[in-house]
Amino acid sequence: MTQIAEPGSGGLLGGPPLAEPEDIEAILLQADLAAAVAPVTATVTLPEDVHVVVLDYGSGNLRSAERALAATGARVTVSSDLGLAAEADGLVVPGVGAYAACMAGIEAAKAGPVIAERVARNRPVLGICVGAQIMFDSGDEHGVITPGLGLLPGRVTRLAARRVPHIGWNVVDAPAESALFADLPAGTRCYFVHSFAAYADALAGTGALVTTTEHEGDVFVAAVEHGPLSVTQFHPEKSGAAGAALLRAWISTVGTAAAPDTAVAPDER
Amino acid sequence: MTVAVRVIPCLDVDAGRVVKGVNFEGLRDAGDPVELAAAYDAQGADELTFLDVSASAEGRGTMLEVVRRTAETVFIPLTVGGGVRTVSDVDTLLRAGADKVGVNTAAIARPGLIGEIAERFGRQVLVLSLDVRRTAPLAGGSLMAHAPSGFEVTTHGGRKPAGIDAIDWARRAAELGAGEILLNSMDADGTKGGFDLELIAAVRAAVDIPVIASGGAGTAGDFPPAIDAGADAVLAASVFHFGEVSIAEVKDALAEAGHPVRR
Repeated sequence: MTQIAEPGSGGLLGGPPLAEPEDIEAILLQADLAAAVAPVTATVTLPEDVHVVVLDYGSGNLRSAERALAATGARVTVSSDLGLAAEADGLVVPGVGAYAACMAGIEAAKAGPVIAERVARNRPVLGICVGAQIMFDSGDEHGVITPGLGLLPGRVTRLAARRVPHIGWNVVDAPAESALFADLPAGTRCYFVHSFAAYADALAGTGALVTTTEHEGDVFVAAVEHGPLSVTQFHPEKSGAAGAALLRAWISTVGTAAAPDTAVAPDER
Repeated sequence: MTVAVRVIPCLDVDAGRVVKGVNFEGLRDAGDPVELAAAYDAQGADELTFLDVSASAEGRGTMLEVVRRTAETVFIPLTVGGGVRTVSDVDTLLRAGADKVGVNTAAIARPGLIGEIAERFGRQVLVLSLDVRRTAPLAGGSLMAHAPSGFEVTTHGGRKPAGIDAIDWARRAAELGAGEILLNSMDADGTKGGFDLELIAAVRAAVDIPVIASGGAGTAGDFPPAIDAGADAVLAASVFHFGEVSIAEVKDALAEAGHPVRR
């Protein structure tokens, strides 16, 4: 378990003293208990000293992703440093808000080629929410088409359901071969908050493992595992014990990434 | 299978401390929002809401520290509301670790704020908080002109009418970019007599975005009718804090009524 208090951070704000370390221990103990009572079997053996970079390109709440990943035992760095992003064992690409705004952030940070290069070299990448959506060919927001990174085929479009945004815990339907969902029982719910998604038909024939979810009869992509590239439309860092199990599973694949010759080049899919 | 009905405890926080006591066994510090957040997570809460009732800038600074510590220890969604006035306030809260931000009075004063927040961070971060009161009919039984639906928006904890119709405002806020509506009945709030089902149904009919029902819960049996009336989520404070109803009991009642819940 990692430390949660940042030295001196309370004093700067002029508030009353922070919780004593003992209190924090108690909180962490409770968090552990919460994880322990959840119906999740952890069979993943975590590799030693995996370094993960959470790409900071100005998008949203990175703290939860950082801490949820750190809870797996990985070393986690939140950074906009492209050298670190290229060399890390695993790269996490978060993202919230508009597709166009996220792509603009990726372009301003010049991160696109680094992500593509990692995938080409069979280096693990995990995209979350809009960070998952930008891995696809393009996004359609109210008729405005924004090119994505093109690492997965298909266009991200507005959900067909009436009740949008799709907010809440929904059941994910994962293929039996999935590594990410291997420890999660059928019927597991993960936390979604989005109005747009990719659809599985565009991924047919690519060999990608596609996990879906359903909202008001609309069935769309919840996760994709395609060689070194994994994406989740939901937020594993906000999905409690289920999300923690999924992140542990991803970290275990990061530590045992296969040889580069299995890489999927964008033009071969 | 479909998306689960969310059960959301709400904590009022003043200068980093929970307002009013919380009656859980086994808490080291019943006033620490972070410890309570972890306890509610362990009980199966689907989301958490913190309402910052601090009057001072110093209190708000302390709230940011609470948000930071919560985001670092509890891995379920966190909404923070209270005193949010600008895009910059939203940015500060999201950076501290909030996933969603509740906006109330500032959006009534300047509806353009809704669009500004949605454009910058996406509509999914914006929970429009709506404190609603039924208007008294005029002599002769007709409804007041500013609130033709019979429901008006209020501020200052229900004490001041904002002079606008609640159903119209909900519809307009959704059009402007609100991602969810936190619908609080000021008439039902604190009565423990059940949710205002007519209000929920009226707002449901006006908007397609998710509606979180709040105000009036007294027993576990009060929750399923709120979902039947059209709410997507239920929020309560005191009945959870005082242990009168547990999260699990609410989920049992919802499941028994045929609504999907997360276990």
